[in-house]
Amino acid sequence: MIRVELPPHLQTLARVGPEVRVDVAGDVTIGAVLDALEAAYPVLRGTIRDHGTLKRRPFLRFFACAEDLSHDPPNVHLPAAVARGDEPFMVIGALAGG
Amino acid sequence: MSGIRVLVGTRKGAFVLTSDGKRDRWEVAGPHFGGWELYHVKGSPADPDRLYASQVSGWFGQLIQRSDDGGKTWEPVDNKFAYEGQTGTHQWYDGTPHPWEFKRVWHLEPSLTDPDTVFAGAEDAAMFKSVDGGRSWHELPGLRNHETGPQWQPGAGGLCLHTILIDPSNHARMFIAISAAGAFRTDDGGASWTPINQGLRSKHIPDPTAPVGHCVHRIAMHRSRPKTLFMQKHWDVMRTDDGGDSWTKVSGNLPTDFGFPIDVHAYEPETIYVVPIKSDSEHYPLDGKLRVYRSRSGGNEWEPLTKGLPQRDCYVNVLRDAMAVDALDACGIYFGTTGGQVYASADAGDSWKAIAEHLPAVLSVEVQTLP
Repeated sequence: MIRVELPPHLQTLARVGPEVRVDVAGDVTIGAVLDALEAAYPVLRGTIRDHGTLKRRPFLRFFACAEDLSHDPPNVHLPAAVARGDEPFMVIGALAGG
Repeated sequence: MSGIRVLVGTRKGAFVLTSDGKRDRWEVAGPHFGGWELYHVKGSPADPDRLYASQVSGWFGQLIQRSDDGGKTWEPVDNKFAYEGQTGTHQWYDGTPHPWEFKRVWHLEPSLTDPDTVFAGAEDAAMFKSVDGGRSWHELPGLRNHETGPQWQPGAGGLCLHTILIDPSNHARMFIAISAAGAFRTDDGGASWTPINQGLRSKHIPDPTAPVGHCVHRIAMHRSRPKTLFMQKHWDVMRTDDGGDSWTKVSGNLPTDFGFPIDVHAYEPETIYVVPIKSDSEHYPLDGKLRVYRSRSGGNEWEPLTKGLPQRDCYVNVLRDAMAVDALDACGIYFGTTGGQVYASADAGDSWKAIAEHLPAVLSVEVQTLP
């Protein structure tokens, strides 16, 4: 079970709390976690990564275990602590705007 | 008694203002989708409880929301707007080729007869259609693939398709406007398009009378005369009486003919409204006085409407989709400002009052006249 933290607007949209848990079959990569997240909450499709290219939206960042994983390719394995469910995979909105 | 529902899209959410037919007491509901930009909220003419909303965020992209109960509850529907085929390029601000990229939906235009059919005007300029109540969208690529497409260039707000008008006498005919490509017409439901910019003159582009490249801010139509359109261009107020084949300038005695919205009285097809703005570099009313101008002659002769509007120290703007009319016997006129006020007139513009005063900046105003 992978823990995923979501920013407030996406919590509202998906009607969930700050953290959700998703099952990932196979390798625990960034792409696999986002696939599982979008499968569980289809309303999030297109809000974290582009529908077509699957690229991360520019004003969102991915963090886990105090590391910025935003620029890692989607097939990179997440830290073991995330795979074990000890630490969350965090989707964070950039601090910008008015 | 009839009722009025005013759908207000703002920089920080959507609001629904309701009143009975007297239009003197208003209830404000919202914000819906707080913190998101609501570019446009519009109801179906065929089912007034069916509403569509374009919800946008710089962080999270585009969502489309749908309500089946007049805006009390909402359901997110499909948000996938994919251009069909090779996307090609349009011109960037510096004239270099730039790939077409979907950014947001500026305008939603429900079908006049089918609540499940709705058109979406997008940035970068393209037209999308849903026939299943927003659960899926497909592009009408004939517009974006028009032979002039590679020449289109964004206005300051982006390359946005912001206006969609459906001819009530022939639903296959539609008119759209793009900043800064100009106005276009289809006679086959959106499969093919013709630029309709003959007669426009834009001094700020290399060829002032070019077939495309004009920064059209808004066009409006009266349902009884679908061949007559009124246009607020970047500068100039224009009209056509032949479905856009030729335009003539009707700015007349306006103190400035720069502005964004334009609309037509519900029952008087020659009575039109604009909100003059000082200039393209100073987007606020002249002399700090918020004045709607009305022409009862289809243009050229204009009168300022000021009663109830601030006549000093007012420096708001009124954006292109932020004016609408109701269909009560005494036609009501509504507009919203970037200062968060929504003004209403229950007497065709003779007098005004603020029906909401402290909203976020208003992006769009639509009005539903309820039975």
